[in-house]
Amino acid sequence: MREGASLVVVGASAGGVLALRSLLSGLRADLAASLVIVLHIRESGVDSLIGLLNQSSRIPVREALHGAPIDTGVAYVAPGNYHLLIEREGCFALSVDDKVCHARPSIDVLFASAADAWRGPLVGVVLTGSNEDGARGLAEIRARGGRAWVQSPAEAEAPQMPEAAIRVAGADAVLPLADIARNINQAFPP
Amino acid sequence: MKRSVEDIELGLFVEALKQRHGYDFSGYAEASFRRRVQGLCIHFRTDNISQLTEQLLHDRIAIGDVVSQLSVPVSEFFRDPPSFATLRRAVFPVLASYPHINIWQAGCARGEEVYSLAILLTEAGLYDRCRIYATDISEHALAAAREGVYPDRELRQSASSYFEAGGSGTLSDYFHARYGHIKLDDDLKRNVTFAEHNLALDGVFCEAQLVLCRNVLIYFKPPLQRRALDLFHASLVRGGFLCLGNKESLSRHDIGDHFTLVDRQGPLYRRVLDTDA
Repeated sequence: MREGASLVVVGASAGGVLALRSLLSGLRADLAASLVIVLHIRESGVDSLIGLLNQSSRIPVREALHGAPIDTGVAYVAPGNYHLLIEREGCFALSVDDKVCHARPSIDVLFASAADAWRGPLVGVVLTGSNEDGARGLAEIRARGGRAWVQSPAEAEAPQMPEAAIRVAGADAVLPLADIARNINQAFPP
Repeated sequence: MKRSVEDIELGLFVEALKQRHGYDFSGYAEASFRRRVQGLCIHFRTDNISQLTEQLLHDRIAIGDVVSQLSVPVSEFFRDPPSFATLRRAVFPVLASYPHINIWQAGCARGEEVYSLAILLTEAGLYDRCRIYATDISEHALAAAREGVYPDRELRQSASSYFEAGGSGTLSDYFHARYGHIKLDDDLKRNVTFAEHNLALDGVFCEAQLVLCRNVLIYFKPPLQRRALDLFHASLVRGGFLCLGNKESLSRHDIGDHFTLVDRQGPLYRRVLDTDA
């Protein structure tokens, strides 16, 4: 990890594929941050998801591999049936620990580990979903000084997850997807 | 940079576990280990890790409970079916050439994977020749594995994985149903030896044709991973097989001279035939 490098962690569940395509399509190609994405998917689904997201993204989308470093300008997606965590050294770690919020990967697990391990600027983004995963993790991100941007529940295909995030963690901004992408571009120019 | 209070507490907790009870967790990767220790604080209702350490030192909490929560969690029957299919296809024919077969499953947790393997070995007609050593750091996990009782929903969830893995019988034939639980048939335990073994401290104890260590190395820092891999290498006969978890690999370790990749699905490695190391 480059000292002070920037990280955006993103959580999505029901309706998340379309939301992520939309978010990624709005990001600049020379973004000076890394994205790490947890979407609740079936175990076998990560390869096709990455293919799909790459079609609409100007930054490369890859699977997060255990032990691999986190590069700037890349969007990483958690594999199915593993939790995805971030180590202090700036690399990924996978775990098969118990499900959290009935989910593995869990957004809370990623967000909490990012809040603990990441030294540079950190943003947590909660998108559409029909459970409460991500809310507690987002609170930890805010507690350590990171920013929280939540998709507006009115726009979300499933509003429960953004609503839970706003209720539990609060948010620095509640926005439609297009504005979240714009915020990310403005916060992390090359 | 000054360390945070929790970092200091975590270091002291690891030191207390080591000095008081002889369990060395210093080689565990931090992100997951920290989560599990935070989980212990919730489980034992302590406000912070220091209180946990204090209770551990004065025996107010049982070391077995602590180790059980810090070690590899539950698995599933036939988890990652394609890797079991790989074992059947690439490993079983080689095992069949040995009169006696030794298999070591390192980090067996509650036994789901070891019994999955025992089922496939039975169906391949190899089980009678096998001795399976199933080891774990946690005595609680081993006791559960020996008992072989699981919630019956696990069986329902695993039926399709069993077929995907190449199972040729009926999964429920290997279990007895009782009150919402299933009990594994004793026949499948006959050739399994459960034993405590700590990959951070203990040494080689058998010569094996197959070593399985799945989703354990992801919890270790590279030096402890290397220690475990050296143990596996020393335990394997020449041409013996090593099966890791499907997101684990040897690619970050400088031991390409010792193992060759047989199949990415597994992944499955083989100890090279022509070295003495």
